[in-house]
Amino acid sequence: MKWDLLFQLLVNGLIVGMLYGVVAMCFVLIYKSTQVVNFAQGEFLVLGAWVCLALVTQMQLPFFLAFIFTLVFMAIFGIVVQTVILRPLIGEPIISVIMVTIGLSIFMQSLMNWIFGNDAKRFPDVFGTSDVVSIMGLNVEVAYLLSLVLSLVIMAVFFWFFRFTRHGLAMRATAFDQQIAQSLGISVKQTFAMAWAISAMVSGVAGIVIGIVNSVSNSLAFVGIKVFPAVILGGLDSIVGAVVGGIIIGVLENMAEYADGQWLKIGNLYTIAPFYVLIIILMIKPYGLFGTKDIERI
Amino acid sequence: MGHVPNPRPAGDFRTSYIDDNRLFKTHFEKYAAIGVVLLLIAVAPFLGAYWITQLILIGIYAIAAIGLNILVGTTGQISLGHGAFFGFGAFASAWLATSFNVPTLVSMPAAALMTTAVGMIFGVPAARIKGLYLAIATLASQFILEDFFARADWFSGGVYGALADRPDIFGYMLDTDLKYFYLVLFWLVISVIGVSNLLRSRDGRALVAVRDHYLSAEVMGVNLTKYRILSFGISSFFAGLAGALFGHYLEYVSVEGFTILLSIQFLAMIIIGGLGSVYGSILGAAFILLLPQFMESATSIMAVAFPAMESGKAYVKQMSIGAAIILFLIFEPEGLVHRWQQIRASWKLFPFSR
Repeated sequence: MKWDLLFQLLVNGLIVGMLYGVVAMCFVLIYKSTQVVNFAQGEFLVLGAWVCLALVTQMQLPFFLAFIFTLVFMAIFGIVVQTVILRPLIGEPIISVIMVTIGLSIFMQSLMNWIFGNDAKRFPDVFGTSDVVSIMGLNVEVAYLLSLVLSLVIMAVFFWFFRFTRHGLAMRATAFDQQIAQSLGISVKQTFAMAWAISAMVSGVAGIVIGIVNSVSNSLAFVGIKVFPAVILGGLDSIVGAVVGGIIIGVLENMAEYADGQWLKIGNLYTIAPFYVLIIILMIKPYGLFGTKDIERI
Repeated sequence: MGHVPNPRPAGDFRTSYIDDNRLFKTHFEKYAAIGVVLLLIAVAPFLGAYWITQLILIGIYAIAAIGLNILVGTTGQISLGHGAFFGFGAFASAWLATSFNVPTLVSMPAAALMTTAVGMIFGVPAARIKGLYLAIATLASQFILEDFFARADWFSGGVYGALADRPDIFGYMLDTDLKYFYLVLFWLVISVIGVSNLLRSRDGRALVAVRDHYLSAEVMGVNLTKYRILSFGISSFFAGLAGALFGHYLEYVSVEGFTILLSIQFLAMIIIGGLGSVYGSILGAAFILLLPQFMESATSIMAVAFPAMESGKAYVKQMSIGAAIILFLIFEPEGLVHRWQQIRASWKLFPFSR
């Protein structure tokens, strides 16, 4: 047993898992408030990263300003997607809604390939992020710490927003029952648009963070696929579940890599293990750890 | 609950159950179907190599799309792993033919049966879950199968892929594209007749009942678990058959061909063609195959005026599929078949249409 390697992978898993958790939160936010499964979540993330990178490298904006502009851009983008593509499909069967986001995802994928190119590009070193600090004998890159802190901040803001603000309350009410919310004077249309805007913004932030940690490329969209095991594990409509599921999947991935490298020697277990877990969860506990069980009335 | 695809137009009455159950609703429909097949047989020798290739591919994709349509259109489930099942059929037939010297005449249906078994295994979650959860479960099966193809050297040749010879019928090699086209056409006709007959049988009605209201279906004595898994099996059968045809046509099967994008394309075919319609699947397959090529040549023409378009040629293909899915779902959710029915109805009712 190589304990230090195991421990290092555990920490990596936690940090990556937190990021999965953040993206899973965005996913759950859209599902919970608008009953749409967003298969394009990964592309949202990549779009945020590309836009920020383009603003920093081509427009020569300072990072902070570029970050703000990216947030604004992503919010507008989310609202546009909601109003133009998703709104006409309200009330359509679930397969149509799933397919329209899949269509959006492959459209965005190829468009981004065209505009931003196929190569991975690195962010300029704005925070000295490639430095390594040593914490309790572990070597951790500053970028990883940064992503950990940012993930925690995003989660805290989410909690604050839903618990203590008027809009957050309105969104919770809409998620609970659209008709009741509407009868109490909440604009469901606005709430839907806001859910997409917030989700797109936060995905954009996650994309920028992952872009700083690794580098920006279109393959980052795989995070959008990794989100599925996480949200199913946590329960599709639970924000807490999304975070917990994300962390578990992140750790599990790294543990699978460890087991693979040490004993099994299968190779590629890292990417595929979450999907085996996904199938098993769906067989034994389809509503996940924290999800509400769907009770159907006849 | 849900909408019923392809409702019968108003004023179109049946007077007996036998009428209601016929394979062809009118004589015209029957002669038109036979006529189209005969026309294809007669015209094929005079077509150029490009169009023969396109027709073969349309035929192969149409068989797979017909299968997926049973699962999605008729039973109301969803599969994001159809591309992987298609790939499984291709590898299975190549494996049987090269490793065991099974004649291709046998290996193709055998591969289809193997795919059926695999499809039913991955369909087991469908017994408990539906809708979105099922979509995600089948997404997982897509990745698991893809991983299996890349890893199982004994079966698929791993990352190097597998070779598949052109088929022969008792020593008569189907070595030209034209001969292969007739083989594909043969299987397509068999599939269309088979599925059309299935849909008007007791089992077909049970599948529709599961889609329209599964609780009522269960109360009426339809075994939900059986029919849900069965529909996965049937749809995988056609995926496997089409995959086998695909593999032996290209003579080389590679892992990269069967990604999630292929699964999405199959779904796009049936949505654009028309959910629950056999002919719609064929139309959709033709549309999805020809649209990217049309867009590519359109981009080439535009590139003459706007040189900036030149670099986008490779991407426009995939973009056009994504855009087609979105636009069809927003503006024509019932698919091309519905559009065709409307055109036909407006001819029939001419002065009073519109």
